[in-house]
Amino acid sequence: MPSLKDLKNRIESVKSTRKITKAMQMVAAAKLRRAQEAAEAGRPYAERMNAVMAGLAGASAGSDSAPRLLAGTGDDKVHLLVVMTAERGLCGGFNSSIVKLARTHARDLQASGKEVKILTVGKKGREQLKRDFGDMFVGHVDLSNVKSLGYTDAQGIARDVLTRFDAGEFDVATIFYSVFQSVISQVPTAQQIIPADFEETEEAAEEAATIYDYEPEEEAILADLLPRAVATQIFTALLENGASEQGARMSAMDNATRNAGEMIDKLTIQFNRSRQAVITNELIEIISGAEAL
Amino acid sequence: MADTMQFDLVSPERRLASLAAKAVQIPGAEGDLTAMPDHSPMITTLRPGVLTVTGEDGAESKYAVIGGFAEINTGATTVLAEHAVPAEEMTAEVLEEFLSDAAAARDNASPEDLDALAKTAADIAALGNDLGLSVRANA
Repeated sequence: MPSLKDLKNRIESVKSTRKITKAMQMVAAAKLRRAQEAAEAGRPYAERMNAVMAGLAGASAGSDSAPRLLAGTGDDKVHLLVVMTAERGLCGGFNSSIVKLARTHARDLQASGKEVKILTVGKKGREQLKRDFGDMFVGHVDLSNVKSLGYTDAQGIARDVLTRFDAGEFDVATIFYSVFQSVISQVPTAQQIIPADFEETEEAAEEAATIYDYEPEEEAILADLLPRAVATQIFTALLENGASEQGARMSAMDNATRNAGEMIDKLTIQFNRSRQAVITNELIEIISGAEAL
Repeated sequence: MADTMQFDLVSPERRLASLAAKAVQIPGAEGDLTAMPDHSPMITTLRPGVLTVTGEDGAESKYAVIGGFAEINTGATTVLAEHAVPAEEMTAEVLEEFLSDAAAARDNASPEDLDALAKTAADIAALGNDLGLSVRANA
């Protein structure tokens, strides 16, 4: 049975924990709004890009001279997994669920005899994957000093990936990130970026139906735009991830705050009961003392 | 014939403009062009330069664009620029940064890319002159 003083200390400590989680929740809520706005603002660009690329890619798909970024290297032996996670923890299962997906993927690839290379973006994913796949790491992108995600950050990652591709380090690249659906639901997703795989949307179909003049000619444009499309996909993923992270943190901290509240209630009841017991005890002692006289 | 068309200028980070325009002057990779309503469909890549939009009321607004492409349809023109900044917000410092990036890329380039990258750097410098910003000519 803990003493009254111990209980009091515990209540105090849980109270200050609750203050911290509450503050983190509010910060996450503010950041989430900003991240969501950023994700929204990036959408038109990504959608148009996807539509145009789908049109262009469809047109040149059959030809022999299709760029390698689109057609692939003709092999799929070496896979590069780009695992995007957060730089910080305390966001529920956000990092773990992305890592889990990447891990299953990596195991599947290994089981079918492929070589796996891993590029991590964000510290948390790196830490979690280190034990199992430490020897497959080929690089790490540190975004801990980045205050607000910009397109330049995505370009940096894209450049890294593309340089490796040009050097023949891998055949297929897949990015892992979380798609933001709502504050309580983020869906870990794997998306293949090289060879490029453009979704066939309605808009894209419309695109393919129009006959465009190309300047410079189609293939030059395609060669010019493909690296940009990769950067755009990475940027979209980063933005989605940013919003997901804040959403996950917000709900995790909301839960933590609620749990702390429950704990405080429980401890307070225990504290009051113990205090009452002490008083009753003292009374019994006094009364029995008086009776003995 | 419609006398305006829908014009959108988007960068990966935000939508800079969405309006009805009479004409859009685009710095295309193979030369400048002006898109007007009912232009035949075309797609062109951009060189760094100044994009000028003439709105419905004839008011012109200018944007500095670097990288990306333009898609022109009969009823709409969409410019997807990797970096786009309204001309009045463009400062010498920002431009300087782009220029030094481009110069660094040029200096590290393999021989076959050299021409293209040197042109990009020169285009960015020219863009500065067009906007009346002084940047180092031979960065």
